[in-house]
Amino acid sequence: MTAVTAESLALAKGDENVTYNMTVVRQFTLATAFWGVAAFLVGVVIALQLAFPILNLDLPWTTFGRLRPLHTSAAIFAFGGNALLATSLYVVQRTCRAPLWGGPSLASFLFWGYQVFIVLAGTGYLMGVTQSKEYAEPEWYVDLWLTLVWVIYLLIFVGTLMRRKEPHIYVANWFYLAFILTVAMLHVVNNLTVPVSWTGVKSYILWSGVQDALTQWWYGHNAVGFFLTAGFLGIMYYFVPKRAERPVYSYRLSIIHFWSLIFLYIWAGPHHLHYTALPDWAQSLGMMFSVMLWMPSWGGMINGLMTLSGAWDKLRTDPVLRFLVAAVGFYGMSTFEGPVMSIKPVNALSHYTDWTIGHVHSGALGWVAFISFGALYFLVPKLWGRRELFSLKLVSYHFWIATIGIVLYITAMWISGIMQGLMWRAYNDLGFLQYSFVETVEAMHPYYVIRALGGILFLVGALLMIYNIYRTIRGDYADDRVALFETNAPVDSGQVPPATA
Amino acid sequence: MPSNTEKDAYSGQATTGHEWDGIKELDTPLPRWWLWVLYATIAWSFVYFVLYPAIPGLTSYSKGVLGYSSRVEVGNKIAAARAEQGRFRDGIRQSPLAEIRTDDQLLRFALAGGKAAFADNCAPCHGVGGVGNPGGYPSLADDAWIWGGSLEDIERTILYGVRNDHEDSRSSQMPIFGRGEDAVLTPDQIADVAEFVLSMSKRSKNAEAMKRGAPLYKENCASCHGPTGKGDSEQGAPRLNDAIWIHGGSREAIIAQITRPKNGTMPAWSGRLDTETIKMLTVYVHALGGGQ
Repeated sequence: MTAVTAESLALAKGDENVTYNMTVVRQFTLATAFWGVAAFLVGVVIALQLAFPILNLDLPWTTFGRLRPLHTSAAIFAFGGNALLATSLYVVQRTCRAPLWGGPSLASFLFWGYQVFIVLAGTGYLMGVTQSKEYAEPEWYVDLWLTLVWVIYLLIFVGTLMRRKEPHIYVANWFYLAFILTVAMLHVVNNLTVPVSWTGVKSYILWSGVQDALTQWWYGHNAVGFFLTAGFLGIMYYFVPKRAERPVYSYRLSIIHFWSLIFLYIWAGPHHLHYTALPDWAQSLGMMFSVMLWMPSWGGMINGLMTLSGAWDKLRTDPVLRFLVAAVGFYGMSTFEGPVMSIKPVNALSHYTDWTIGHVHSGALGWVAFISFGALYFLVPKLWGRRELFSLKLVSYHFWIATIGIVLYITAMWISGIMQGLMWRAYNDLGFLQYSFVETVEAMHPYYVIRALGGILFLVGALLMIYNIYRTIRGDYADDRVALFETNAPVDSGQVPPATA
Repeated sequence: MPSNTEKDAYSGQATTGHEWDGIKELDTPLPRWWLWVLYATIAWSFVYFVLYPAIPGLTSYSKGVLGYSSRVEVGNKIAAARAEQGRFRDGIRQSPLAEIRTDDQLLRFALAGGKAAFADNCAPCHGVGGVGNPGGYPSLADDAWIWGGSLEDIERTILYGVRNDHEDSRSSQMPIFGRGEDAVLTPDQIADVAEFVLSMSKRSKNAEAMKRGAPLYKENCASCHGPTGKGDSEQGAPRLNDAIWIHGGSREAIIAQITRPKNGTMPAWSGRLDTETIKMLTVYVHALGGGQ
């Protein structure tokens, strides 16, 4: 049974009255691809700026300081956010056998409202409008708008869950719901600001001093935990079993690791503030909860990888599944690295160095982006009623080019980060610092160049994906498809149900 | 339990009987190793919880059996490091600069400490190793000294800086000769003075202009830069009869400097660096190449 016929079967078995809203899913899918390329492009630019500072161009709008939040927000909120919205709205409808609550116009508002948020945030960064809180840079007017959009998202998601025709809620939806709810809470608390005036962009945060720092990293770490982990585990729980056509490995594991992950993650933020003014007891708690988080995180990896039992051979022929499975592998790697880095003596070496940047990118490129690529490649043929993608060979090229890019990126950052940390703490025999800061920057230059090269490869891979998606939507088929998909199944073009009336 | 459970042919494991959009779930028990590692991390955390500060109260927190405090720890480490350097630091603080120069041990210590302090505080402007940077950042590795190259002169410059708000800051101002309604010199006169200045380093190619510039130089410039252009470090007036130029030595650059001069500044480091560090910096800079 191929993915194609499974799709047709599910449609046939489903309630005839159910007409899913796939229009909004298509919109979010295209937005994911678009913002993905934008985020990777800005990433390449700032990586090159670090290697060759002249590329800052001496213009305020193009300096690293303004482009860096543009890159991080584009990657997390524009690319990652649209991927989460696209997949969650697809998954919640299909696993509940219910159309989106609120109808097409509310869904349309959600789509355009979210894109407006992205544009408002991004233009603010370029003009120097920022709260100076990492991953929460947008000022109060953008925050208020996002709050409205996010509440609509929550209502649509929960409303759809409540009108489900399945007796139980599928595990992917637990993760999506945890992500939506927690991000709402984090966003509101970390952005409690008082605007200077209703006509100005500047505001002041309610918190001050170390309380502000802790609130910020409670937010920042859980942006990783609930946006980039829980949400994307939702993607994993639907798309891996679906593409592998295997049952999920362990229902019990999914329950235990879901609740332990949710409970433990929210406490881990203080590990971003080791050896600072944050009281010792809070640092201890942050570290302990991070270490305890190791197995709950790995529960998701085990469930993802073991679902492949009996289907490992498909990795040879299906590059889309390869993306999904490699993502789970990177997830396992970075959720082990994270707890290790939270241990105080390790953190004393790693903190403030490029090691952190490498860690974040093994998660962001390897896990978040790869699982999103897998989901996009899965979704596009379905959403536009095509039998398969235009070219699986291109998917395979994308996979290998991007993987080499990630490996270059993270190994360069490991070496440069650990070297940087060691140089900072090196003393000579008379007790003076061995290296000046400038010397450490000089020593990192070659690794910055390698990192930029890795980023360029990742971007090239994404451009291949854009081309593949474009040709797929156009309805083209390259004649390079592997035997697995050479079926006689009917092309399900035109079978996509119309949007809810 | 749902009744429609089935056995998965590959793993032999029963499914839970649920199905969503074609996805089923196996009822596989938790992997043992996973569970035991989870328990181990919890046990480890509990031990850490007891040993280290961990539980907040209303006014204080649990100190932990080990009585660890990161603030005390870093304080102890700094004190230990200071103690190891103590004999040398005391020596540096108590000895006059000239004595440091002649004491082998103190000199070695001062050069090492000065090098480290220079790299983090001075190199951004004066360059690594004090080679200077274009744009008005003088080289410290040669024997041209704007404000004097003796140990005492260098120390004073580091302590109080140049043309800043510190009350003991070195200060002097090269006047603007070529701007405004009542400019001191006309553009032609400035060109002539520049030609004369070039002649001091034997680079003048226009004897006529040079001759016209000579009296103008004597009248306007010689009081600071000296009649032969040897400069005056008391007033921070650089030497003009050598090949070393702070703001450029071309004809155009000299004309620009006379017309509308750039006056360099440097921050005062007293209050920011401690006495020993400033002394070590002095000895280090003095030893870079041209100390007098």
